Amino acid sequence: MIQTDMKLDAKGLACPMPVVKTKKAMQQLSPGQVLEVQATDKGSIADIKAWAQSAGHQYIGVHEEEGVITHYLRKTAGEEAEAKRFPHVVSNEELQAVLAVDEDVQIVDVRESAEYAFGHIPGALSAPFGELEAVLRSLDQETSIYVICRTGNRSDMAAQKLAAAGFRNVKNVVPGMSGWNGSIQKLMN
Amino acid sequence: MTVTPLIAGDIAKKVIRKEPLFILDVRNEDAFKDWKIEGESVQHLNIPYFDLLDGVEHILEQLPTDRPVVVVCAKEGSSILIADMLSEEGRNVHYLKGGMKAWSEHLEPAKIGDLKEGGTIYQFVRIGKGCLSYMIVSGGEAAIVDATRMTEVFTAFADELGVKITHVLDTHLHADHISGGRQIAEKTGAAYWLPPKDASEVTFAFKPLEDGQIIAVGKSKMKIQPIYSPGHTIGSTSFIVDDAYLLSGDILFIDSIGRPDLAGLAEDWVDDLRVTLYERYRALAEELIVLPAHFMIIEELKEDGSVSEKLGTLFAKNHGLNIADEKEFRKLVTDNLPPQPNAYQEIRQTNMGKITPDIETQREMEIGPNRCAVR
Repeated sequence: MIQTDMKLDAKGLACPMPVVKTKKAMQQLSPGQVLEVQATDKGSIADIKAWAQSAGHQYIGVHEEEGVITHYLRKTAGEEAEAKRFPHVVSNEELQAVLAVDEDVQIVDVRESAEYAFGHIPGALSAPFGELEAVLRSLDQETSIYVICRTGNRSDMAAQKLAAAGFRNVKNVVPGMSGWNGSIQKLMN
Repeated sequence: MTVTPLIAGDIAKKVIRKEPLFILDVRNEDAFKDWKIEGESVQHLNIPYFDLLDGVEHILEQLPTDRPVVVVCAKEGSSILIADMLSEEGRNVHYLKGGMKAWSEHLEPAKIGDLKEGGTIYQFVRIGKGCLSYMIVSGGEAAIVDATRMTEVFTAFADELGVKITHVLDTHLHADHISGGRQIAEKTGAAYWLPPKDASEVTFAFKPLEDGQIIAVGKSKMKIQPIYSPGHTIGSTSFIVDDAYLLSGDILFIDSIGRPDLAGLAEDWVDDLRVTLYERYRALAEELIVLPAHFMIIEELKEDGSVSEKLGTLFAKNHGLNIADEKEFRKLVTDNLPPQPNAYQEIRQTNMGKITPDIETQREMEIGPNRCAVR
């Protein structure tokens, strides 16, 4: 089940209403939050994505089932501009090399659950940034932990938290899923 | 200020008469790039409706006041919204009733000419998609060739002329649009003719078109003579009507030639296409008027909105008929293929009777430009 911050029912509405309502709903969200939009208008598949790109929001993905089209969008957080501060960094390629030889590593994916559902590294643990503390308790402080998000910023903050909580072997993966060429597992198509 | 709807036929007539027209297309950029309302006198501006929701003031100076401005979207909803906003800013604007869906479905009839023993041949121009259908009328009877799925246009036209539809023919199994042939035949009791080689998988009864056969329309001597002309599909058939008109299907167009790949067999059919164009068609009279099943660019429309050309003129001017080297010809038709039409596999399945999508799905399947030719 994908956790979202708000659900919008635009079923039965014709163009332009699905986009008009999506725009209004996004205004009510805080940066970084995820909106789920249910629509039945086929035109919404292209239009909500195009609107999100034009408005600068992250379009996470779309899922179609029994005539209902469900869109997932994440409000821009302006995170791309933030400077990274956590000193221990590895590249996507370095992580791929590690995964090829070492099975005893834990990837912690701190993106929202909708982002995780539309594609994550096999074996990665889903720990949305806001729920990080709960997940920390289940992890061994001695394990090698690779923290990943979309562009390396949320994971930077998460890596700092983990280190502060006593984890000794934490690395931030940059740029993260936005540049990931390795294998991918999906909960949604 | 006012918002006035225009129907697709109003816009078609303006395009044919080359009247100045400004289209504000508010669909998303990909849809606009894929296909749009075209014409020599048509100017465009594409700004998606979702970029105008906060106001239209900033685009006012891009909209002319010396010609009609028509707001266009996919179905009409967004265009009404934007047209209302422009009206509130003091502009007189139109919107296209039914949007690009209506544009895709509009058929504009044009008279091509009279037949020797009395009777007339008409062309139906699907201006938004480039499909051309034909009705041959003689002695109180009518034959329809390559009908589109807007069947009521053809039946109403026949009713108005007071003629009975007795034959319905398709030159080939279409991959770019859904044929209305079977439906018209069922509704009117007419015979439905198909090339047997294209129809091996169809799920319904039909009459097989065979080379050299003669299909009479009315009591006069007007006749349709099929000539086997493979290349676009294995069964493609051309018709010679009244010894004067060559209905060339998707084999030969005005400024281009057919593509051999829509059944996935470009390499296999390129030789058939060459033999048809360079040998079978060469043997025909140069005076024949070629009537294809498509036009590709709006410039192919004549003053009266019809599409036709003498076979002799095409042999002189159509690049695809003037490639002496066989290898070069093969390269042209197999290397430079444009993207395949939207949903062409599903359209072929529908035309075979294997699937029966609802009307809304049929519309979606046909959206987009025609892409049956190579230039």
